[in-house]
Amino acid sequence: MLEVQGIHTYYGLSHILFDVSLRVEAGQVVCLLGRNGAGKTTTLKSIMGLAPPARGRIRFNQRDVTGWPPYRMARQGAGFVPDNRRIFADLTVGENLEIAARQGPGAEKWDRERVYDLFPALRAMDRRRGGLLSGGEQKMLAIARALMTNPQFLLLDEPTEGLAPLLVKSLGERIRKLKELGLTVLLAEQNLRFTLGLSDYGYIIDNGRICHHGRVAELVNDPQVRKICGI
Amino acid sequence: MESYVTVSGLISQFLVGLSRAMILFIVSSGLSFILGVLRVPNVAHGSLYMIGAFVAHTLAMAAGGGAAGFWLALVLAPTAVALISLAAERLLFCHLYEREHLMLLLFTFALALILGDLTKITWGADYRSLVAPPFLQGSVMVLGTPFPRYNLFLLAVGPVVALGLWLFSNKTKVGKIARAAAVDREMVGAIGINVGRVFAFAFVLGCFLAGLGGALVSPTVSITLGMDHTIIIEAFLIVTIGGLGNMWGALAGSLIFGVSQSMGILLWPQFAIVFPYLAVVIILTLKPTGLLKSVW
Ligand SMILES: Nc1ncnc2c1ncn2[C@@H]1O[C@H](COP(=O)(O)OP(=O)(O)OP(=O)(O)O)[C@@H](O)[C@H]1O
Ligand SMILES: [Mg+2]
Repeated sequence: MLEVQGIHTYYGLSHILFDVSLRVEAGQVVCLLGRNGAGKTTTLKSIMGLAPPARGRIRFNQRDVTGWPPYRMARQGAGFVPDNRRIFADLTVGENLEIAARQGPGAEKWDRERVYDLFPALRAMDRRRGGLLSGGEQKMLAIARALMTNPQFLLLDEPTEGLAPLLVKSLGERIRKLKELGLTVLLAEQNLRFTLGLSDYGYIIDNGRICHHGRVAELVNDPQVRKICGI
Repeated sequence: MESYVTVSGLISQFLVGLSRAMILFIVSSGLSFILGVLRVPNVAHGSLYMIGAFVAHTLAMAAGGGAAGFWLALVLAPTAVALISLAAERLLFCHLYEREHLMLLLFTFALALILGDLTKITWGADYRSLVAPPFLQGSVMVLGTPFPRYNLFLLAVGPVVALGLWLFSNKTKVGKIARAAAVDREMVGAIGINVGRVFAFAFVLGCFLAGLGGALVSPTVSITLGMDHTIIIEAFLIVTIGGLGNMWGALAGSLIFGVSQSMGILLWPQFAIVFPYLAVVIILTLKPTGLLKSVW
């Protein structure tokens, strides 16, 4: 589904990603683990076209999408859930979903009702302004909004950040459900325990470089990985 | 001096101020919309207003100068201005959105100068005036004082434009997208929307309002070079006191500006021009961010 080949990404003059490569097969949940500032968000933004890489190639759905603008990536089936949520604060919850709605290539046909079924808490807030939602509610809305574009592939940036343990657990269940529905997920996380039960495969990023990758169960037992992830 | 101020004089002058405010609102809501969605402080907005007035005059004359010509001009002049702005957006502005505001200010200022010169080349330095259709000429009695019919017409058009803008931004998908893009254009792209298109549309809509203001004002003023300068200063002040990008703010600012101007004329004719600026200073001293919430 996704193949990132040796990308280098800069913010202005600062070189952030160094030769990052990774693969995500259709139907998989793949995680990208690393500590603060390691380059997880930058990797996801590079894939989405929000921080286009200066070198390297990105293939998505058998197409070379290197340098594509974000809106084309979204139409091609990539759904982006940013770490800081970026809800449209002036729009109501319903409007946030409405403007994202499109006939994407995803197999599931999401609409407002269906995403409210997945996140029932949002249904009651349909007419509330997005900016008034709590952090956790905004997280759900950000995922719901991405689903409205009917993606095949979801880029999830630290969905558990700032969530209470109970919410983290239920979020994990929802992501598992999305996987069962056939969605492919690239999950950037610091929360190793959360990621562990969810992912098929993992990449560890440190200082802008992929330093390890493998099945999550193997990664977790690797002392070096444990050191990098701070456990 | 007091003997000039009568109740009926006060009322009619107030109504004059209100109708002036409608023109100010139509122009400044366009400016505000562009500021809010695109973050472009479009100095050329006043030039488009002026071009709207000149084009309206030319079209009305070409159509024989009658009532039909006036209505035709009222529709086609803003459309012509919209087309000019579409060309400017596609050729120039769409490459500039990422620049800092100072650069945008300079670019649009340059455009204002160019449009000003083009207006001069095309229409010359003569004064022109447009005649309103017969049934909008003359006066009607309002509370015992004669009040120009055309001003009543303006008082009706203003709320229609306000309502239209409100419906557009709150009830249409494009309007909602424009509101979202005002806050986070990158994220709007990330949900699959071609933000460039939305920006082009928002820019053209804002400029259409400048052209509409110019066409509407033309029966009440002499159409001449330099009318761009006055309006752009007024419109920027109105947007500032109202709150950047806030349509209701533009309405409030226009009412304050228009009414204080007309009341000034009544109270102290020699210094009438000072009154609206005084109002601006007072408002900005009390509330530097503008009356209503800015989208910035
Ligand atoms: N817009 C920017 N301009 C310059 N440097 C940036 C910018 N955004 C991020 N960086 C830098 O790039 C590096 C990688 O940041 P990134 O956001 O990708 O890390 P991350 O792994 O997502 O971290 P976190 O877990 O804290 O979210 C950091 O050193 C950060 O300071
Ligand atoms: Mg991050």
